[in-house]
Amino acid sequence: MAVLTETPVSEPVVRGGLAQSVRDSIVMTRRNLIRMMRIPEMIIFGMIQPVMFVLMFAYVFGGAIGIPGVEDKTAYRDYVMAGIFAQTVTFATAGAGAGIAEDMHKGLMDRFRSLPMSRGAVLTGRTIADAVQTALTMVVMVMCALIVGWRMHDGLLKGLGGLALLLLLGYAFSWIGALIGLSVRTPEAATSGGLIWLFPLSFLSIAFAPPTTLPTFLQHIAYWNPFSATVQAARVLFGTPGADAVSDAWPMQHPVWASLLWSLVIIAVFRTWSVRKYRSAVS
Amino acid sequence: MQEAIVAEGLVKTFGSVRALDGVDVSVPTGTVLGLLGPNGAGKTTCVRVLTTLLKPDSGRAVVAGHDVLRNPDAVRRSIGLSGQFAAVDEYLTGRENLRMVGELYQLSGRDAKRRADELLAQFDLSEASDRPAKTYSGGMRRRLDLAAALVVSPPVMFMDEPTTGLDPRNRMALWRVIEELVAGGTTLLLTTQYLEEADHLAHDIAVVDHGKVIARGTADQLKAKVGGERVEVVVHDAARLADASEMLASFGKGELGVVKLQRRITVPVTGGAKLLAEIIRELDARGIEIDDIGLRRPTLDDVFISLTGHAAESENGNNGDGGDDDGGGDENLSEDGPQRGRVKAVKA
Repeated sequence: MAVLTETPVSEPVVRGGLAQSVRDSIVMTRRNLIRMMRIPEMIIFGMIQPVMFVLMFAYVFGGAIGIPGVEDKTAYRDYVMAGIFAQTVTFATAGAGAGIAEDMHKGLMDRFRSLPMSRGAVLTGRTIADAVQTALTMVVMVMCALIVGWRMHDGLLKGLGGLALLLLLGYAFSWIGALIGLSVRTPEAATSGGLIWLFPLSFLSIAFAPPTTLPTFLQHIAYWNPFSATVQAARVLFGTPGADAVSDAWPMQHPVWASLLWSLVIIAVFRTWSVRKYRSAVS
Repeated sequence: MQEAIVAEGLVKTFGSVRALDGVDVSVPTGTVLGLLGPNGAGKTTCVRVLTTLLKPDSGRAVVAGHDVLRNPDAVRRSIGLSGQFAAVDEYLTGRENLRMVGELYQLSGRDAKRRADELLAQFDLSEASDRPAKTYSGGMRRRLDLAAALVVSPPVMFMDEPTTGLDPRNRMALWRVIEELVAGGTTLLLTTQYLEEADHLAHDIAVVDHGKVIARGTADQLKAKVGGERVEVVVHDAARLADASEMLASFGKGELGVVKLQRRITVPVTGGAKLLAEIIRELDARGIEIDDIGLRRPTLDDVFISLTGHAAESENGNNGDGGDDDGGGDENLSEDGPQRGRVKAVKA
């Protein structure tokens, strides 16, 4: 088999700093995108689920739930979409976690950690690739939502702003997934660990219904929930009827700022924590 | 000669387990050190420390002239690591895997591509280069993993049980690659549970048990420690094991080794073939039926038993890869048993 010929090999370049981080992250993002393309069923399933949510909420609950301050009985369809978008983008948490846990499990993490590459690149590459997949899913979901009656009432630019905030929230949450992936033993555990807390978090928010019937202290939680901030910001930017009739809690009054702040804080905290964990990761 | 790898007093504990309990290692440039020991002996932990994957609790290590703790990135630029599990991305093709690793070693995109093509050709993977690694056989994956470790032709290589789980043909093929690598001047630290492998590939062997290096030397030096030749008998009927042991003790010049499960008795002797014939006659006279008998020079297996007082216990060391030639002084009358020349999978 192999005959090892004498090959003049270019010395590895000593880089460092931001340029190397960016380059390594691009290499890792490309790797993850190639993987995703080789497993198309993952993308397909990832798209079917949100489409089902859109249809279910629109037609099962659509007529049953009224929005305070809005007469129209079908307003809920329009209202709930921002919540479903938010829930869908945060599902990226499970994907990132599972992918990273799999790399650990298969020994690939050891290979990466033994290479002279930037310490954050493995995780950054994964989270960016997940954001790309989330964006694709969002395109499908937005089309579906338009069909059932959701609208951007205040113009395309603001509407895209709302979608961008949602995407940022998804990216932030995928860093939580990265930490989970580095902390568990199997990809399966990362998937469930990335999802279980998402349900209470998304339901204890303004995503699916105004929390006016909740006990007061749960209402406070709902209004200060990072989920709610982004959902409210998206509703305001989409110009959704009923969006302005919420509490006077600060995040609800300044939802765009609150959403940005929450996402950036989550990224800062969980990125730092994950990269530290990656440095000492034991697979 | 300059040392390519030096480690002094490495200690690493996981909870209450001292995985490394003061390990000293030194590997002169251009030589091969075999770390030999059973599962859980601390071999992998040692490699993980030396390859910057794990911080030791105490001790220091210098690899390719760089301190592992103080300058890990310089170490990473100078080493290649090929692990126990073929660490390749199975959804990427062979070529994509190698290009990725090349770029992460900070080669330019063009160099990474050129080097990937070279390595694919050298490792007989050209035809499969555009197929996802998922479709590769175990041997092909292992070759790809090794190719990935060689992308920058690093001066120092670490291989953690490179042939575990490979069939004999693939193992021999990998041995040839390793030999060529070393002939080219690469310094290699190799861990293995296969005594035969250390014997075959390594200039120096360090025997590791419970996080400590318990012996160190060339294969010949280690064998000399155990002494001369020995007779090994496999009794047909387990019930006669005691009889046979008693009888052999009277011929022997030292302590008996008895492996009950295999009905195997080993006894140090002097007297060579003539004594062997005598033993056979005596066994026959006593009506003790035997499955196998042979005169052996010590193998590293014996070294291990005599050093630790027990055969190395190994979880996955069951058979299935018999027929390897252990290449050293075996004069058994019968074919090699499947566990010859490697760490035994049984308790003594």
